[in-house]
Amino acid sequence: MPTPLVVSEVAKSFTMHLRDGVRLAVVEDVSFSLKSGECAVLGGPSGAGKSSILKMLYGNYAADAGQIIVNHGGKLIDLAAASPREVLAIRRDTIGYVSQFLRTVPRVAAVDVVAEPLVARGFDRARARERAATLLSRLNLPERLWGLPPATFSGGEQQRVNIARGFITAHPILLLDEPTASLDARNREVVIAMIAEKKAEGVALLGIFHDADVREAVADRIIDVTVFAPGARAA
Amino acid sequence: MNDDLPLLRVSSLSKSYGSRIGCADVTFDLWPGEVLAVVGESGSGKTTLLNCLSTRLMPTSGTASYRMRDGTFRELYRMSEAERRFLMRTDWGFVHQNPADGLRMNVSAGANVGERLMAVGDRHYGRIRATAIDWLGRVEIGADRIDDEPRAFSGGMRQRLQIARNLVTGPRLVFMDEPTGGLDVSVQARLLDLLRGLVSDLGLAAIVVTHDLAVARLLSQRMMVMKDGRVVETGLTDRVLDDPREPYTQLLVSSILQV
Amino acid sequence: MSARTSEIASYNFAYLDEQTKRMIRRAILKGIAIPGYQVPFASREMPMPYGWGTGGVQITASIIGRDDVLKVIDQGADDTTNAVSIRAFFARVAGVAVTTETAKATIIQTRHRIPEHPLGEGQVLVYQVPIPEPLRYLEPRETETRKMHALEEYGLMHVKLYEDIARHGHIATTYAYPVKVEGRYVMDPSPTPKFDNPKMHMSPALQLFGAGREKRIYALPPYTRVVSLDFEDHPFEVQRFEQPCALCGARNVYLDEVILDDRGGRMFVCSDTDYCEKRRDEGGVAANPFEPDEAAT
Repeated sequence: MPTPLVVSEVAKSFTMHLRDGVRLAVVEDVSFSLKSGECAVLGGPSGAGKSSILKMLYGNYAADAGQIIVNHGGKLIDLAAASPREVLAIRRDTIGYVSQFLRTVPRVAAVDVVAEPLVARGFDRARARERAATLLSRLNLPERLWGLPPATFSGGEQQRVNIARGFITAHPILLLDEPTASLDARNREVVIAMIAEKKAEGVALLGIFHDADVREAVADRIIDVTVFAPGARAA
Repeated sequence: MNDDLPLLRVSSLSKSYGSRIGCADVTFDLWPGEVLAVVGESGSGKTTLLNCLSTRLMPTSGTASYRMRDGTFRELYRMSEAERRFLMRTDWGFVHQNPADGLRMNVSAGANVGERLMAVGDRHYGRIRATAIDWLGRVEIGADRIDDEPRAFSGGMRQRLQIARNLVTGPRLVFMDEPTGGLDVSVQARLLDLLRGLVSDLGLAAIVVTHDLAVARLLSQRMMVMKDGRVVETGLTDRVLDDPREPYTQLLVSSILQV
Repeated sequence: MSARTSEIASYNFAYLDEQTKRMIRRAILKGIAIPGYQVPFASREMPMPYGWGTGGVQITASIIGRDDVLKVIDQGADDTTNAVSIRAFFARVAGVAVTTETAKATIIQTRHRIPEHPLGEGQVLVYQVPIPEPLRYLEPRETETRKMHALEEYGLMHVKLYEDIARHGHIATTYAYPVKVEGRYVMDPSPTPKFDNPKMHMSPALQLFGAGREKRIYALPPYTRVVSLDFEDHPFEVQRFEQPCALCGARNVYLDEVILDDRGGRMFVCSDTDYCEKRRDEGGVAANPFEPDEAAT
């Protein structure tokens, strides 16, 4: 099995300059790798740094130390040291991300929000919309909502738009930050099935799932984040 | 066109007004299709920087080279005025905060859009008018307003007209100075959405000066934070906003009003 | 003649002092060397108000010699106040011969017309110009218009024509119609009707333009290309008149409308009074069906 993502000795802290420069260490010495076709789940209590790790892997947070080696189209790139342009290219082609909350753009219809990552990769807009519609209907989003901007949608509706947007492309790595948090049982099942399909396609998935049932259903292994707690190795 | 090379290379650019610093030691590359937001408070030097980059101001020191359509890099501050002005009305656009600064208020909307075409030698009235109608449509101004003067337009419409006027020659680089400043929130949203669409559809590179971090997040992929004429932090827009490293950036981000 | 010159002995020949004439001639020569380019000059106070042709008068005063024969027209007429007084002025301060006949004149000073009788080599046409800057309509800054001329940025001229077509369905500018000179400078031909624009093109005569208040001189040397600006789908056209001159029957000339009474009575007559009189002297009258101009076109 190929290993598209290798994380080694990554550390993250926040320096709060507005609070007299207090330094808040979040994680250190984060090391793991991800294989194609598996779904690994970050485990540990709230505040352990699961979300921070995910955000570093997406380039959304900067890593203080360590390497995040990504197989980007056959080329190995250290995301922790990559230029903004490289990070953007990796996001476009290699790493997908389903965030917890949808950041809505005024006036853009849900179907176009979902189709956008495909259009960005050069797909014909009409075809991208078709794919988007298929996903939205699979996630049981009422068709009357497709043409509306998601800003006024409910939490669950927004999350389904977000999931569809994350799953529409064929990124070899997919990061999932609690994608099922606000979903009902029926839609949770849909997402579980979609994750299984991604695995079958050889996608490497890394997720955070608070819902134990979902975690059970999708996780091939749990990466315990508490071992990355600052000072944990020394103790 | 070779997208592996930057469109604009800026190196150690400084502008001082006597002993006062406008902007100092600014260095960055801008690639085709990339939107760079320059944020900071009033007096941070972001507008001075924009004016230097767009050659409306001459810097005190430093260089900026631009990749022309033929692929060659040209040093902007060594070009003749004729070349620079030609570049400004063909391959570049400049969207002013106040539309009156970027429009001819006493000629019709159609002529405002058509002027650049006529400036580059289009001499077919029917074709110029058809292009103007097309562009008015793309910025959501009805074809029936083509013969009205911008004075008769609302602020948002004027701004959209200014954008059409700039984009009609298919520029590759657009400078924007607070493009949504002074507009009502709902009008802002519409304009931002329009700009986003145009920038991605046309593959435009843009340098957007704004003090509004929400505008920067929506429009740009990369961000430069300026304070007292210097760049204090730079990076991916969402990285800078979600994980600000510098004290000043943290202050800026924490000062955003939450709705 | 000697009696008259002694009366005005305190004046130099042709009113202006020799230094001023040399200064103006230098401006004229520069204008001739750069056709269509507006040369600034130190316009002098003349014994007439601005707007009465002070620019043209200074040019005429600078180029006129004792052997010249001067004709002065105002809107084509030799007998209107402006024409009569300028003609009288030069007859007095230069003592030169004056005429109303186009063919006999060596210098013709004009306000807003070009004579119908074709001009020849050796003749000089001096235009009185109120506003020499063709870009002024859309760009009020002189610094900017100069730069636009220098860099040949003339898109704005077409903006003006575009506005015309958008408003009126055709180019409604009928006088001071902008032209491009020798493929380089855009020039305001002074408020002549656009009917006269084609006469400027490749004219064998020297054409000089003087704007006294605006302090500019420009020139068209003989045989200069002068092209009226237009659009491919709205080409330049001169005015057409449906009827011939009511007095001499001429066609293909520029006609003035004359109001005859307060009941709507009117007629159209030649604006060029000399041309009209000549034709009438030669027997061409309105009632005469014989129309020589038809054959000429």
